[in-house]
Amino acid sequence: MDTEQKSALSTLDYPLLTGILLVCSLGLITLYSASGENVDMLIRHSGRLAIAFILMYIVSHIQISMLSNMSLYLYSVGIVLLIVVLIFGSIGKGAQRWIDFGFLRFQPSEIMKITVPMMAAWIMTHNPVMSRRARILLAVLSIVVPCVLIILQPDLGTALLIAASGSIVIFLAGIRWKTILALLVAGALSAPLVWGMVLYDYQKERILTMLDPWSDPLGAGYHAVQSMIAIGSGGITGKGWLSGTQSRLEFIPERSTDFIFSVMGEEFGLWGFILLMLIYLLLVVRGFWIGISVQDTYSKLLAGGLSFTFFAYVFVNIGMVSGILPVVGVPLPFISYGGTSMVTLMVGFGILMSMSKRIKSY
Amino acid sequence: MRRPRENGIDQYVLERRFMLSLVFIAVLSFVLFVRVAYLQIAQYDRFELLSQENHIDRIPLEPVRGLILDRNEEILAHNVQVFNLEILPDRVPDMDRYLQELSHLVEFTREDMKELKTALKSRPSFERQTLKTNLTDEQVAVFSVNQHRFPGVELKVGFQRDYPYGDLTAHIVGYVGRISPDDRELVNEQGEYDGISHIGKIGIESQYEKILKGDPGHSQVEMNAHGRIVRHLKQDLPNSGQTLHLGLDIMLQKESMAALEGYEGAVVAIEPATGEVLALASAPTYDPNLFVNGISQTRYAQLNTSELKPLFNRSIYGQYAPGSTIKGFVSLVGLEHGLEHTREVFCPGWYSLPNNNRQYRCWRRSGHGLIDGYGAIERSCDVYYYDLAVRLGIDRLQEGLMRFGFGQKTGIDLQGERSGLMPGMEWKQKSHNQPWYPGDTVNSGIGQGYMLMTPVQLASVTAILANRGVAITPHLLRLTENPVRQLPESTIVTEQKQIQLQQEEFYDQVIESMRRVVHGFNGTAKGIRTGMLYEMAGKTGTAQVVGIPQGQKYEEENIPKKYRDHALFVGFAPLDDPKIAIAVIVENGGSGGKVAAPIARRLIDYYLLERLGLFVPGVEVLPTGQI
Repeated sequence: MDTEQKSALSTLDYPLLTGILLVCSLGLITLYSASGENVDMLIRHSGRLAIAFILMYIVSHIQISMLSNMSLYLYSVGIVLLIVVLIFGSIGKGAQRWIDFGFLRFQPSEIMKITVPMMAAWIMTHNPVMSRRARILLAVLSIVVPCVLIILQPDLGTALLIAASGSIVIFLAGIRWKTILALLVAGALSAPLVWGMVLYDYQKERILTMLDPWSDPLGAGYHAVQSMIAIGSGGITGKGWLSGTQSRLEFIPERSTDFIFSVMGEEFGLWGFILLMLIYLLLVVRGFWIGISVQDTYSKLLAGGLSFTFFAYVFVNIGMVSGILPVVGVPLPFISYGGTSMVTLMVGFGILMSMSKRIKSY
Repeated sequence: MRRPRENGIDQYVLERRFMLSLVFIAVLSFVLFVRVAYLQIAQYDRFELLSQENHIDRIPLEPVRGLILDRNEEILAHNVQVFNLEILPDRVPDMDRYLQELSHLVEFTREDMKELKTALKSRPSFERQTLKTNLTDEQVAVFSVNQHRFPGVELKVGFQRDYPYGDLTAHIVGYVGRISPDDRELVNEQGEYDGISHIGKIGIESQYEKILKGDPGHSQVEMNAHGRIVRHLKQDLPNSGQTLHLGLDIMLQKESMAALEGYEGAVVAIEPATGEVLALASAPTYDPNLFVNGISQTRYAQLNTSELKPLFNRSIYGQYAPGSTIKGFVSLVGLEHGLEHTREVFCPGWYSLPNNNRQYRCWRRSGHGLIDGYGAIERSCDVYYYDLAVRLGIDRLQEGLMRFGFGQKTGIDLQGERSGLMPGMEWKQKSHNQPWYPGDTVNSGIGQGYMLMTPVQLASVTAILANRGVAITPHLLRLTENPVRQLPESTIVTEQKQIQLQQEEFYDQVIESMRRVVHGFNGTAKGIRTGMLYEMAGKTGTAQVVGIPQGQKYEEENIPKKYRDHALFVGFAPLDDPKIAIAVIVENGGSGGKVAAPIARRLIDYYLLERLGLFVPGVEVLPTGQI
């Protein structure tokens, strides 16, 4: 009790906070250039950041044991919402990812980025009755079901992140390499099935274009090619802030959102990339440190899952923008313009801070 | 050794898995680093270049095509400002909707649509296409208001070639048209045609394409991804094409076309001293302005299949039997070979070769009686020339006439000129695989049989007579001028050569004979001298289109028009200081003296009196000569 009275801010984990603030600053600087010096966009982005920070602060006060107990319920609500979205989606036109409450719109798939690792960690730690094999199967199922529902939306990027967040939890839980191998083989075998029956044509096209974006530089490969030109032409030192021709002259599509890294690459060059990666890795390593230091296994698994998901964001985004992964629509954490993923990320960091607080209280 | 376990999870394994994950993350981070470094270091030069090419564009600046003026600086071809609609296909979200809605705004014909669609299919989608040219003021206004609805469609100010005199100059100036695949060979030269959409297709426009077109300039601009120009970096301006001054007198040309009204035929008028072409008329004609932006299929088919052949430039492509118009030249050849002009021949109304009873008739069935060279030209006696040709023999006749340019191109500066035909033994053997018969020589004496000449050839040889032996090359271009410096760049001087005869007087004798054609009491063109204020020399010709069987009479009224004789006239004036040499051909016009000569008179009168302001009205030249 004493510790909590000392300071309202003592619940915060300062290394994490510093890292997040650094990334956010870099993000604001880049967004100013990417948006064509649009101050309105900057203000809106800052507003969302502020809300997300408050949310993070609130979440950092939630007890992990309580979160653990809520895992199943939160996960179930998420699944129900995903089904609801799919049903409305088939009634409406095209892709449907949103639920609109009038005053608030949100994507149920975002919740799953938190609840899937929670659920997987909960299954792996809270079912002593079940056999280990049954637990692993159940955990795999808890990942596959939301992934399929999200692919059907279709939102390949989010499905990929959720799969990563759940898988890392199972991996950390210490399943045998033989089992991992078996799961990978099963995944590889079901891949053609997914390709043939689940993927939409535009998704197939994206993946094919990734293999050779130059085959159609004005069509499907346009995003990737223009983005690579931007990054490559930045060189080691970059063209300088507000001086990237690819972004300023609007050759990069989605340059404020998913493709904002190409603006950084163009204007700040290789040094900019190294700086950004170092900050991101600082956050990831700190998250892992919390996972290693925290006492209960549920927290360990969840901390690892959340930290790895965060890294997966970074890897998939920069990977697709630099042309080694397909264009799947994953934002760059804390830098891309847009609110949804920012909230999810901050909730994740709030949970990590809640764990970090318990480490200190020892 | 017992490992710590919680919920069946080995804490030691868990810690190791954390470490493994960190290694995995490090590897993935390194992959990203390698990728970004590869793009930014190894591939830097390539992407730097691509990014430059992306936003730096070299826009060609179209040069102004040179003007074409007549001898009095009247504009024959210039460039007028027009508004065109252009489309950038790859910026258009829905082409069908665009075309649908635009067609209501600016009127497309179905053909326009079809043409655009084929263009869209065959050209790359980032290439600009012209949607519609020459918008009316109203269409410009309507489109401007609605422009926001059509991103990717732009209103462009351009220049379009225009021919103010239209059909009057079609066969001379010709026209420009859009550069077509056929022109690629010419156009492929490095950057020569950057930004230029039209090319001279025919006439002067084609002949002098190289100096008319000018050199394109370039503007280096920075462009955004939507193709909008953000700023201009540097510019080198285009150079306008040369201004061409033609020797043509557009007013005389107009008068010539008016004189040919209702006929198919040609008039060529040359200034003998220089060879400058004063008029080059071919009737009927067509409007060259129709071709500038592509003539419609049906319009073209109409012109192309018309029996009157309006697209056919008779003045240089048309080859006609010259008929009696060449008699003066046959006389000159005779004189060169010692057959004096005063030598007399008896004309009974027909001629026959020794040991052959085929009769070659004189146009005058009752004959001319005893007649010499002067009379034979004045009265156009055929028998005299049958006899003269046979005396000379075809070899000497052919060689003699070719000295004046018969059977050879004049070298006028228009493409596609025909050479006519000066037949001979060798030619007939080659082309007909037949020997030359003596009868062929007889016919050649009066410009019939195989002999063919173009109107420009006729005018050209007439100019030699007017010059008393100085041969000129007829030409349209007189001088070129650099429009920027306003200085005459160069005056066109064409080759002139003296055709030397044994005696200078031979020319005088023939010219005097031809004077009598108009001014003599028996001249075949005496009908045109009434009220004439100057003296001139001329020669009529009435060329048979079909052979008339032995013993039958040619009766104009009974013959379908297309088999009627061609009417010809050549001449020059004034006699002592020729300002104009002229050749007139009226297809199926009948008698040269009755149809072609009056046209020549009208045009010479118009040129000398109205255009040059020579001769005081009221002083008539009286007829002279033998009775």
